[in-house]
Amino acid sequence: MTTAPQPAPMVKVTIDGQTTEMPKGSTIIQAAKKLGIEIPHFCYHERLSVAGNCRMCLVDLEGAPKPVASCAWPVADNMVVNTQSERTQNARKGVMEFLLINHPLDCPICDQGGECDLQDIAVSYGSDRTRFHEAKRAVADKDLGPLVETVMTRCIHCTRCIRFATEIAGVPEMGATGRGENMQVGTYVEQALASELSGNMIDLCPVGALTSKPYEFTARPWELKHTDSIDVMDALGSHIRIDHRDGKVMRVVPRECNEINEEWLSDAGRFSYDGLANNRLTHPMVRKGKKLTATTWQEAFAVIAEAAKGMRKNRIAGVAGNLLCAEDLYAFDHFMKDTLGTDNVDCRTNGLTIDGKVRAAYIMNTPIAELDKVDAVLLVGCNPRLEVPVLNARLRKGVLKRGMKVASIGAPVDLTYPVQTLGESPKLLDDILEGKHPFADVLREATNGVILVGARAVLTRPDSQQILDKAREVAEMYGFVRPDWNGFNVLHQATGRITGLDMGVYPQKDGYHSGGIAEAVKAGKIDLLVLHGESQRPASDFEGAKFTVFIGTHDSPYAQLADVVLPAAAYTEKAGLWANVEGRVQEGHMAVRPPMEAKEDWKIYRALSEVLGSKLPFDNQTQLRALIAKLNKAYAPENIGKVTRADWKHFGMSGSVREEGLSTSVPAYYLSNEIMRASKVMRDCQDLADARAAQTMKKAS
Amino acid sequence: MSRSAAVNVKIDHDDKVYAWSDAAKAKIEAQIKKYPPERKASAVIPLLKLAQDEFDGWLPVGLMNLVADTLEMPKIRVYEVATFYDMFYTEPVGKHVVRVCTNVSCMIRGAEKVIEAVQKEVGLDKPGTSADGLITVESFECLGACCEAPMMMVGEHYHVNLTPERAVGIVKNIKAGKAPVEPSK
Repeated sequence: MTTAPQPAPMVKVTIDGQTTEMPKGSTIIQAAKKLGIEIPHFCYHERLSVAGNCRMCLVDLEGAPKPVASCAWPVADNMVVNTQSERTQNARKGVMEFLLINHPLDCPICDQGGECDLQDIAVSYGSDRTRFHEAKRAVADKDLGPLVETVMTRCIHCTRCIRFATEIAGVPEMGATGRGENMQVGTYVEQALASELSGNMIDLCPVGALTSKPYEFTARPWELKHTDSIDVMDALGSHIRIDHRDGKVMRVVPRECNEINEEWLSDAGRFSYDGLANNRLTHPMVRKGKKLTATTWQEAFAVIAEAAKGMRKNRIAGVAGNLLCAEDLYAFDHFMKDTLGTDNVDCRTNGLTIDGKVRAAYIMNTPIAELDKVDAVLLVGCNPRLEVPVLNARLRKGVLKRGMKVASIGAPVDLTYPVQTLGESPKLLDDILEGKHPFADVLREATNGVILVGARAVLTRPDSQQILDKAREVAEMYGFVRPDWNGFNVLHQATGRITGLDMGVYPQKDGYHSGGIAEAVKAGKIDLLVLHGESQRPASDFEGAKFTVFIGTHDSPYAQLADVVLPAAAYTEKAGLWANVEGRVQEGHMAVRPPMEAKEDWKIYRALSEVLGSKLPFDNQTQLRALIAKLNKAYAPENIGKVTRADWKHFGMSGSVREEGLSTSVPAYYLSNEIMRASKVMRDCQDLADARAAQTMKKAS
Repeated sequence: MSRSAAVNVKIDHDDKVYAWSDAAKAKIEAQIKKYPPERKASAVIPLLKLAQDEFDGWLPVGLMNLVADTLEMPKIRVYEVATFYDMFYTEPVGKHVVRVCTNVSCMIRGAEKVIEAVQKEVGLDKPGTSADGLITVESFECLGACCEAPMMMVGEHYHVNLTPERAVGIVKNIKAGKAPVEPSK
């Protein structure tokens, strides 16, 4: 059992005449930050270990014979520091002169220009001329794969990327080879980084040595408009900033949010934006003969109205995709159930066998930030590294910094930290329940334990209710569920599914679930099929309905199935509410307009319902959100952006579970949704991942 | 002007597979025992030395990978150490390595003449490896024998108070396949 750390004693520090109290063990630069005093730095980063090698943060410490590196100097009681003295200023100027000796003067052609730490700090401390007249050093560029572009001559050897790869991403492949003037940062052996978080190195690089390959030479930071939004490529709900110019998304970068993504973003969230511009549906289309032909909204609606006339309600069905927001899902659900009058509606296209009746059974009940207090983790059919990469980095931090114990039931999986694989069969939960299993002792001794159940592997099984029941019992038995702590968590990959369950987008009475709909379509039992967005199922599953309507963003096999195609808005093109893994509802904002004739999804349903003669009861987004808030209190305006804790109720069904092992593989991770599938960058990443997997297989055999 | 070589090494993954000899395994065990089990990686320098001596006198990527696997440490950490130290070679070297000290004390005492003579005898006009791959001549930084400058190191042996003639004599012995020592008078 890990004991709670004692709060460190406080010491008094004075910087530039201002005094503050800091816990012992913290550093001068942290004290300065607390006081709002800026100390220039390159290698120091608050989420990485201290390197102390750039020397930019030198300050004058009273009583010290020479300036000290404030990032690495621990505070002591009654310490007096001066960051404005002549000695400090001279030290900074001297360090800057050395840093600039080998740094090329290529800011005009550098992507970092305009948002570069070195550039900014050089304005304050750099000289306007050089005393170095020898040849500058040139360094060969490294190939780090399709995401990170390198111009290694610009590198100032801060080693942030090395520390990020080693500490946060858990892929120790970056290093500094050579010595002195010959030192180079790279991988030594040519290889692309095997990380789902590699894009964060671009943000960390204080100069233009590591820049974004897809964004390379496409825009200048001062030309971009910024819109704060929410990432939907996985279910974490990372805070992002969408940078756009002339109605086009130019790049996506993370925003700091300690409670969710710290300051990281998965490569999928950062680099899939080129999929927003590729292969988009721009006009309503109707099938004329064999071909889909562009038409007007009115005509497309008229064709649907004609087809829907007099149709038997149980021969109508609809499925919703992975990326939809609450507005879309609510409008879809009510359009299907009220306007068309069918109960064959489902958002659980990956085959989830649970419904949304007990919220605690399908979200993470432990808020993400609370994972920093966890001391034991039991993964059940879960691969957080691919399902929610940034969350995995938080778990890794727990293992490294707090010695958190992690065990997994499921196929062996590399999560970048030590995981004890207990076995593959969910039957092991019985042993743990009976306290027979060795890991039961770890769980018993844990203060704040969590159990993470993978929605993809567990909740799609026929015995999911029984596994859930056992997982719930484990959580309750080992004291993971108590008033101040709830350690029962379900991990989803797609935000649209959590939001869909919240919106009740599943059969309420006796309608078909998604698998049933696919079977019914195959059996010719469906006359009108509404496909909203793309899903985990291949399009061929939905081939064979008499009349198919596709409402979505991309011209894909799904669209090619349809008789009428209605172009909708992607996540950057609409304001919407999305729930993340912890059930936190967050608002995404419209950065750019939908392309050409495309419209926000909920508006399409509202307009279409009127044509069909049964108008949905809202005229604008405010009214729609009020209805959503009434349906689920987590979506009420006062709860948006906050974690709404779910009531703990009984869920699951008792019974025995099957022997069959739990999978932990996430096939084609980089092609998880329609935007990622339309992205060339993501396809390159997938090719690379496939090649790497093939090589590992070859080596193993 | 580029003064630093590219260090992103392209390797063929079907490259030569290295394995320790039984004698080496015993030595490795003795080295690893010197450190706590969780600090095994501390033995990286002795192991690299051992690897370099055991095989061809230098450290191909495959061999560094063997060291990394033996010590259960990330491969890049081994590359970092191996490229940091001058006495580890990441490119092929001759069978005999002659390191002529050219640092201050030796330079003042005529090291430049010594290295020129050695190079000439080997058939080189600058430090490098002879055409037959027998001898590598290096201009080395201080080897810590300033009191007996100028000096050079052949294999693991120091030859001190050199003159160009005596240095050439040693090289001649190597070329003749004899022990790398001064010809007896």
